[in-house]
Amino acid sequence: MYHKRSRFLTIMLCLGLAFFYIPLLLLVIYSFNHSKLVPVWGGWSLRWYKVLFESPDVWNAVALSLRIAFVNATFATMLGTLAALAMVRFGRFKGRTLFGGMLVAPLVMPEVITGLSLLVFFISLQEVIGWPAERGFTTITIAHITFSMAFVAVTVQARLTGMGQDLEEAAADLGAKPFKVLTAITIPRLAPALVSSWLLAFTLSLDDLVIASFVTGPGANTLPILIFSRIRLGLRPDINALATIIILVVALCVAIVALIMYRQHKRDLLDQQLAERAE
Amino acid sequence: MTDIPNAPAQSDASRDLSFFKSLTKSLQNNWRKIVILIPFVWLLLFFLFPFFIVAKISVAELAIASPPFTKLIEWTDTGIMNIRIVFDNFIYILTDSLYFDTYVNSLRISVLSTLLCLLFGYPIAYGIVRSGPVMKPLLLFAVILPFWTSFLLRVYAWMGLLADQGTINNLLISLGIIDEPIRMLYTEFAVFVGIVYTYMPFMILPLYANMEKLDTSLNEAAADLGSRPTNTFFKVTLPLTIPGIVAGSLLVFIPATGEYVIPDLLGGGNVQMIGRVLFNEFSRNTDWPVAAAVAIVLLFLLVVPILVFQYYQGKEAEER
Repeated sequence: MYHKRSRFLTIMLCLGLAFFYIPLLLLVIYSFNHSKLVPVWGGWSLRWYKVLFESPDVWNAVALSLRIAFVNATFATMLGTLAALAMVRFGRFKGRTLFGGMLVAPLVMPEVITGLSLLVFFISLQEVIGWPAERGFTTITIAHITFSMAFVAVTVQARLTGMGQDLEEAAADLGAKPFKVLTAITIPRLAPALVSSWLLAFTLSLDDLVIASFVTGPGANTLPILIFSRIRLGLRPDINALATIIILVVALCVAIVALIMYRQHKRDLLDQQLAERAE
Repeated sequence: MTDIPNAPAQSDASRDLSFFKSLTKSLQNNWRKIVILIPFVWLLLFFLFPFFIVAKISVAELAIASPPFTKLIEWTDTGIMNIRIVFDNFIYILTDSLYFDTYVNSLRISVLSTLLCLLFGYPIAYGIVRSGPVMKPLLLFAVILPFWTSFLLRVYAWMGLLADQGTINNLLISLGIIDEPIRMLYTEFAVFVGIVYTYMPFMILPLYANMEKLDTSLNEAAADLGSRPTNTFFKVTLPLTIPGIVAGSLLVFIPATGEYVIPDLLGGGNVQMIGRVLFNEFSRNTDWPVAAAVAIVLLFLLVVPILVFQYYQGKEAEER
């Protein structure tokens, strides 16, 4: 950029970053507090990590949340990609406006509305066809796929419009059938967007409390439901320990993915430069 | 969809094979339809249709049954379809001062939080755009990273900061600035802090995407013609970033209006927001028709902002 950053903008940036990170930092520090009262410092200790590792309900909730997140991410990526292809590559078709609307609305729809409507839907469905017999893993996963696929569609749509149609047209000119073009050219070129979509859908699912609370049944506690039921009554040192583990795992995963993508990006740039030089 | 050749003389194996072949063929011929239909049907079934059921329940009456509401359509003995629609629930919500005030309060809190997000988010986004090529991706990454960590835990972090015995009060007391802890947790202030903290990335990212595309030669031209930086900002930069402002504001405003977790954890019982009322009404399993009507009214309030958001999303997708 031509213009330098003014001092005001630099100060705002620093304040913004402090605002984002100090609360998380304090959360981590207090997880090593020996005291039973979270904000009263009682010396460094791993006491609450021990408590955490000895509570089986936490690990059951982690296992359930991971299972839901995995299935959700996989299906949401497939459905969202199909939806993005339909929106970007297929021109006009009947119901496109409605389809596009339903694809964008979940991005902003308040969670209480989505959760409530899916709950009454599952209950009505059970009355009519007897399925789902009980609410839990299946109902939460369906609910998560429904809102996650909207986020996937937005990501894949951006990539599809960004990469243009040159290669696809070239393949078609050389005699490839449209279906072949899709599987041999379009999908492989989408790969980076598919990976980030999958990760986004996975995270969205792990993070959701409200919708899961509506559509879950007795006994099926996801991790956010378990955390929420504990912190509703106040601060809990074992939740600080759990939060620290989650923050570390997420930060590590995001950093690794970001590094891989950055390297890929650099390699693409290098390829481009080589190709330009060859011309 | 497909016609399977079904000659009786064929052996089972070859019939399977020809079925497979015709399936592959019809897949290749109809794949466009299939690509559209699978997500379309999913969204119709699990996104649109459920709203109609909520609408249906909202015009039913409370009944002692499971689920606790009267059937909308009933078949009488003589085979006549009997449709009962009751608008009592809507009249109840709109005349009851508790519900009415809660709607007004939710809108007030989410509008103010959106303005606060804009006020702080705009300079942050602009600061990132104006950074050098090395710092820019790092700063962007730093803004996105908290978004990937749990929303619930980010709200929880503020419970620890704002509590009477929390970090901020302890710090102020130990510095001798105050003697008694200031009450911050379970107040409206805490709800504002929570919403601004958790929704800020949704404001910064669309603003950043918009500012990144700005043509800097316009700023240079304005400077060459003798415009001061402040003047250039208000006359050139700000008007050009309106699409980013609208997109970011809607991404904060719409979900914040129906927010449940933040008013519940940080506002306690002292801050009434409609998402919390709706959630509690439902989880206590009391009056489903009223809860459904509450949801329909909320959806009605948000329909215009949602349509504006869809319009902007569509326009942006076409421009790219």
